[in-house]
Amino acid sequence: MAGIELLSDQGYRLDGRKATELRKVQARMGVFGQADGSAYLEQGNTKVLAVVYGPHEVRGARSKILYDRAVINCQYSMATFSTAERKRRPHGDRKSSEMSLHLKQTFEAAVLTQLYPRSQIDIYVKILQADGGNYSACVNAATLAVIDAGIPMRDYVCACTAGFVDDTPLADLCHAEESGGGTSLAVALLPRGGQIALLQMDARLHQDHLDTLMEAAMTACKGVSKVLDEVVRQHLQEMSILTGE
Amino acid sequence: MLKSKTFVKKTRSGGILKVVREHYLRDDIWCGSEVCVECKDESPVLEKDPCMESSMCTFPHYLIPDTNVVLHQIDVLEDPLIRNVIILQTVLQEVRHRSAPAYKRIKDAIHNKEKHFYTFTNEHHRETFIEREPGESANDRNDRAIRAAAHWYSKHIPDSAEIKVVMLTNDRLNKEKAEQTGLLVYRCDEYIKSLIANPELVDRLALTSDEKNEITSSKILFPEHLPLSQIQSGIKSGKYIQGTFRANRDNFLEGTVFVHGEGDESTEILLQGLQKLNRAVHQDVVAVELLPQEDWVAPSAVVLQDDGSKGEDEEEEEEEEEKKLQTKQVHRDSLKPTGRVVGIIKRNWRPYCGMLTLSHIKESTRHLFTPADRRIPRIRIETRQAATLEGQRIMVAIDGWPKNSRYPRGHFMKNLGSAGDKETETEVLLLEHDVPHLPFSQNVLSFLPSMPWAITEDDMNRREDLRHLCVCSVDPPGCTDIDDALHCRELENGNLEVGVHIADVSHFIRPGNAMDQEAASRGTTVYLCGKRIDMVPELLSSNLCSLRSNVERLAFSCIWEMNDNAEILNTRFTKSVINSKASLTYAEAQMKIDDRNMNDDITKNLRGLNKLAKILKAGRIEKGALTLSSPEVRFHIDSETHDPIDLQTKELQETNSMVEEFMLLANISVAQKIYDEFSECALLRKHPSPPPSNYDILHKAIKTKNLVIHTDSAKELADSLNQADIEGFPYFNTLLRILATRCMMQAVYFCSGLDSDFRHYGLATPIYTHFTSPIRRYSDIIVHRLLAVAIGADSTYPALMDKHKQAALCNNLNYRHKMAQYAQRASVAFHTQLFFKSRGILNEEGFILFVRKNAIIVLIPKFGLEGTVFFENKDKPSPKMTFNEEVPTLTVEGHTFNLFDRVRVTISLDASNIQHQKIRMSLLEPVIPGVSVPLPEAEPEAKKAKLDR
Repeated sequence: MAGIELLSDQGYRLDGRKATELRKVQARMGVFGQADGSAYLEQGNTKVLAVVYGPHEVRGARSKILYDRAVINCQYSMATFSTAERKRRPHGDRKSSEMSLHLKQTFEAAVLTQLYPRSQIDIYVKILQADGGNYSACVNAATLAVIDAGIPMRDYVCACTAGFVDDTPLADLCHAEESGGGTSLAVALLPRGGQIALLQMDARLHQDHLDTLMEAAMTACKGVSKVLDEVVRQHLQEMSILTGE
Repeated sequence: MLKSKTFVKKTRSGGILKVVREHYLRDDIWCGSEVCVECKDESPVLEKDPCMESSMCTFPHYLIPDTNVVLHQIDVLEDPLIRNVIILQTVLQEVRHRSAPAYKRIKDAIHNKEKHFYTFTNEHHRETFIEREPGESANDRNDRAIRAAAHWYSKHIPDSAEIKVVMLTNDRLNKEKAEQTGLLVYRCDEYIKSLIANPELVDRLALTSDEKNEITSSKILFPEHLPLSQIQSGIKSGKYIQGTFRANRDNFLEGTVFVHGEGDESTEILLQGLQKLNRAVHQDVVAVELLPQEDWVAPSAVVLQDDGSKGEDEEEEEEEEEKKLQTKQVHRDSLKPTGRVVGIIKRNWRPYCGMLTLSHIKESTRHLFTPADRRIPRIRIETRQAATLEGQRIMVAIDGWPKNSRYPRGHFMKNLGSAGDKETETEVLLLEHDVPHLPFSQNVLSFLPSMPWAITEDDMNRREDLRHLCVCSVDPPGCTDIDDALHCRELENGNLEVGVHIADVSHFIRPGNAMDQEAASRGTTVYLCGKRIDMVPELLSSNLCSLRSNVERLAFSCIWEMNDNAEILNTRFTKSVINSKASLTYAEAQMKIDDRNMNDDITKNLRGLNKLAKILKAGRIEKGALTLSSPEVRFHIDSETHDPIDLQTKELQETNSMVEEFMLLANISVAQKIYDEFSECALLRKHPSPPPSNYDILHKAIKTKNLVIHTDSAKELADSLNQADIEGFPYFNTLLRILATRCMMQAVYFCSGLDSDFRHYGLATPIYTHFTSPIRRYSDIIVHRLLAVAIGADSTYPALMDKHKQAALCNNLNYRHKMAQYAQRASVAFHTQLFFKSRGILNEEGFILFVRKNAIIVLIPKFGLEGTVFFENKDKPSPKMTFNEEVPTLTVEGHTFNLFDRVRVTISLDASNIQHQKIRMSLLEPVIPGVSVPLPEAEPEAKKAKLDR
């Protein structure tokens, strides 16, 4: 009859989380041997694979070469089986080019590109299963992949979305909440310095609420960063045991 | 904290779509009981010593109702006696899904602190969550979830507390299964009947269909309703049509279905006869099937009431009546699309006020209830207190309408008081018109400023100080909520400065708080005879906001600079502080203006204003503003008994129109300003021009007098109304204006971003809004806020700028205004009855306003009273009548009644039906043998004694 209730009076969301709680984040680094860096990340039901090649020589047109820093090339794609309806998704459609561009901007802000002039870093991300917060899951996965590749960054780039329902900011929206028609704000944060690498919001929101919403999104990003940090440390520990150091 | 067990849940919607959702289970959901030591709940809801005395459960206990109990027995659950109830999330979600009104009511109960209702989020609790098993239906799964939660509770609450958990269900299977697992479980009626404290509650139990003591005639009276799926496919294929059913007020066998078409096209489908109506109740959303064209009928102009004498076995009589509806030969053109109801899409039942008609069998517990609203069918209810309820106004809810029952079945909810009592009747008309009239809650009152209140330094700095101006207010006598005041002074450059100062209510009512929400939901102050239902608490309406004389008050001022020809040179809006020098009544102000000896500041002020107002008015009429008329009456109310002692039509004085003129001007100026500033979200008021067909009755009427009227534009209408006059018939013009008023459309509020037609037809202005009465209208508060933002005096907030929220608000305001108007009329009607009750029988002169098939409607100018003179009488043979629809005229026994004919009637109160006491009019002149009544002479005394009983 009526639409779904996104936030109950008792303060629980559709899936049983409270307003500020994130979905369960799980990740693994170094999932492929052939790439320079790779990572697999699950943020609830959103599952992403990120692969990094480089830094290497610039391929293709030489005009792309930057003489003071590395070029970052991002490519975003969604698997045909990633949504409820199976759909062929050609490369270069408007949505994924936009997403690629956003990823590129995010990582240009985070990677220390000036260390690799005249070279190129490729970041490929693929959504295996989509359940809201695609952009933020991609950023988080790519961060891990870049770290796995050993490319220096200013800080982790952690991304998270936040929505606004009944005057309450909700962290890390799932698909049902995103499509429930409300605002969704995506933030990519360098958590230690608190700098924002990217901020994006499409829907309308009264400006009075923007601060609280950003605050919620940034707190969520910091939560993500803790998880990522743990993943990285865990990975390093495992590696060091394997190599016998 | 987070028990992160994820898994998938599948739902199917529309096409085959697999939805995968996460479902987190938690271990930090508390049980909400005061006795529990394990849970770390900070403010537990359920009491330590829940006492509901029941003969079955002698121990303290908490209740867990299942979904059907909440859905159907919400009336019982709402009773203050029922406390300490655990509402499971499963139940709440099911209720939400199935009935919006029940959901709202249960939510209200949960929010009420005294009820101690606790919502337990069992679906996300680690121990109470269960998965749907293969082959299990969703309903069974939910029942099992409820049992699981009840089980968990009974284990969870420490034994030392000696509190048990009682589950309530009406489902036999569910009950059996619960008993097997060792739960305490009762049927809802069983449990309620065992309650010691309040035996009345039993009556409020809704009748559930599986009750065995049902005595129903096996005869099936109505065709079966189609299932929803069939209706939906039927509507899709165009076989059925969806619309809102509206019962006919005058004829219980007839109704129309209002179908919303694309854009402005909406059509009506006629339904005639009980079978065709097929158990639809007024306001239900129904599916209808159109009948083939040869079965189409015309709406009957007969007045037919379902009078209580008939039982279920007396249907022949009804069939006869139905035949009477149809046998009349009708003109081909007047045939309307006719259909029959095939199914109900959504019931829109609400509690109904009315009275009990006792069953003829003395011991019977089943009685018929007659609602006050004639469009609602009578309802069969079961009660043991019929004797005490006789002659009382009661509230009843409908539970269902089986196909083998002539009447819907319902249950008793509340006793309002004895009928005919002023208090009770007022309560009834407030309830029937959905006017929120409960006292303001503590929560609302907490937002009032603390007394003693004074204007602070800070306020003073932000506002313009206009205390030195000679401001005065002019209002009707006895007015305590003064929301406007005026001033006028000469400037040095010879121009005039005119100021309209409006109470600054938005200063006190801040957006979004409980007081604001309450005011928004009330929408308007409702004025009944001798009673006022405030929109804002009295402290504001009659004191802090009211611009009384000789006190400093906050105001929102609109100040113009005008020249002597009332042309506006400059407009300015400002928040201000004023000190009114005098609060006058219209009559006092008029006297001051007229008295040549008075020359004080206030009088000069008034004269200046009056002069300008006349110019403004002339200008407005020139543009085509309409002056319409409606018979308005005013009661002189006895100060002690509050009974009406005299009745007079409202008089209008020059000063009335003076104040009105400046209010209009202020409203127009403000409307322009807020529209310029916020073209998307300004709240405006429009008055659409009526479609030409609305004027048919007016054209027909005036043709009988050999006059013509032009209705192409407001201007032409105004002009032709001015010219329409008949020698020796001074009241004719007023009658015509009354008729013209009936042709008009309703003026409505709307949001400028969602509409393109802004015109106000009646006032002949391109843009209009309401700004001048924020104490009694919520629309004005919104306009104040918009204007305050526009001049930078206040900050904005999200809902103010959201055009969809604005539009939703407009809808509510329009509804409330309409209802307030109806309530007002009903109150006047009731007081008129009281008045005639005390007066006995009167003879008065009146004019025919409308002609119907079997009656004429007469207006009595002296009292502004409208009444129907019926020519059919139950006990006497009907006179010979011919009705000519074209003119229209009605010929009774050779005498032809035309519109506007002068007649003499007797007026008396018909108290034979105490619920619908009505003014009865009978014809005196012209004398028609067998139809008109003889002049009553010495009789009144005797009659009076009888009526006063």
